[in-house]
Amino acid sequence: MNYMVPPGLYAIGNPAGNDPVLVTANYKMSYDLVRRSLAGRNVWLLVLETYGINVWCAAGKGTFGTGELVRRIAASGLTQVVSHRRVILPILGAPGVSASEVARRSGFSVSYATIRAEDLPEYLDGGMATRAAMRELTFTFYERLVLIPVELVLALRQIAGIGLAALLVVAVVGNPAAGISALCAWTGAALTGLVLGPLLLPWLPGRSFAFKGAEAGLLWSGAFYLLAGKDVWSGWIIAAVFLALPAISAFYTLNFTGCTPFTSRSGVKKEMRLALPVIGVALLTGIVLLLAGRFLP
Amino acid sequence: MKGFRYLENVATLKLDQAACIGCGRCFEVCPHQVFTLAGKKASVSDRDACMECGACALNCPVKAIFVDAGVGCASGMISEWLQERKLRAPGGSCCS
Repeated sequence: MNYMVPPGLYAIGNPAGNDPVLVTANYKMSYDLVRRSLAGRNVWLLVLETYGINVWCAAGKGTFGTGELVRRIAASGLTQVVSHRRVILPILGAPGVSASEVARRSGFSVSYATIRAEDLPEYLDGGMATRAAMRELTFTFYERLVLIPVELVLALRQIAGIGLAALLVVAVVGNPAAGISALCAWTGAALTGLVLGPLLLPWLPGRSFAFKGAEAGLLWSGAFYLLAGKDVWSGWIIAAVFLALPAISAFYTLNFTGCTPFTSRSGVKKEMRLALPVIGVALLTGIVLLLAGRFLP
Repeated sequence: MKGFRYLENVATLKLDQAACIGCGRCFEVCPHQVFTLAGKKASVSDRDACMECGACALNCPVKAIFVDAGVGCASGMISEWLQERKLRAPGGSCCS
C-alpha cells in the first residue's frame, strides 16, 4: 500500500494570497488529519517530502527539516502565490527545523502552532495564539493501545522463532509436555512485556521501563504458576520461572521506550547499561536452575 | 507531561543564560514545558522532563542551548550497537 502523498503546495477550499500557509509531512495519515481539521476553511497546505513518515519521526531524522522546507518553499513558487511571508508548522516538527535558518534562507518566518492537528481550528480562530494545552503532549491508554499491533507484528517472527527453539530444546532435554509448557511460558512472558507493560505503563511503580516490565512479568509468572505449575512444579522450576519470565518481559517493555514521547536518549542509555546485564544473568540463572532440577535429585 | 516521568538527573540539556536574548523560541518548541520565561531570560525549570529531542537547541537563534539530542529508543540503540560491532548488517536503525 502507498501511504505517501505527492509533496507540494495544496489548496484547501479557495485560498487567496493573504491566507495562511500550513506545513505538514507527506505521510497520508498526517495529511488527511490536517486536511480534515481544516475542512471548510481557505488555507494553503505545503506538504514536505518525508517519504511517508510522520512529522515527529521525520523531524528526528531531519527529513522534515530546514533544508526540505526551504527547498519546497522555492519549488512550489510560494512567494508568487502568497503576499505574506509566514509558514505555520506543527510543534513536533521543531526538532528538524531551525526557524532562524529558514528565515535567513527563504525569507519566511516560522510559527510553531500546535502539537495536534485537531487544535488547528482554535489556533487559527484565536489569532494564531497557542494555548498551554496545545503544546502539551499526552500518552493516553488509547494512544498506547494503537501502537501495540505494530509492535506485535514487528516482534512476531522473533517471538515465534525463539518459542519454537525453546519447545524443541526442552522437549528433547526433558519431555514433549515440558516443551509445550516452555513455549507457553516464553510466549506469555514476551507478550506481557510487549502488551501488558505498555498498557499498564503509568500504574506500574518505578520509572525504569525494564523494572515496569519485570513487574508485569511477575504477574504473568504468578498466573502461569496457578495455571500450569501449582501441584506439579518442583522448587527448581518455580525459582526458574519467577526469575526468567520477568527478565523476558523486562526486555520487551524496555524496547517500548522507542514508542513513547517522553524517554530521553541519555535515560535509555543509562537504563540499558543497568538492565541488560541483569536481564541476561536472570535468564541464564533460570536456565541453570531448570537444568539443575532436571538432573539433580 | 502529566502522568509520566522518566529517569531523573540524566538529561544533557544546558542553557547558557548569559547568552540568552529572551526570544521565547525554546518555550514555544518544547513539548514538555521544560523552559519558563522570566524577566527577559529563559530558564530551565524542569530538566528531568527533557526528552532530548533537540528542538530548543536547533531553534535557539543565539545557540545558547546545548543538548545531546537523539531518540530514546532501546531497540534502536541495540541495533546501532550490533552494527558498530559488525554483528548485524547495517540498515534501519529504529522505526523504519
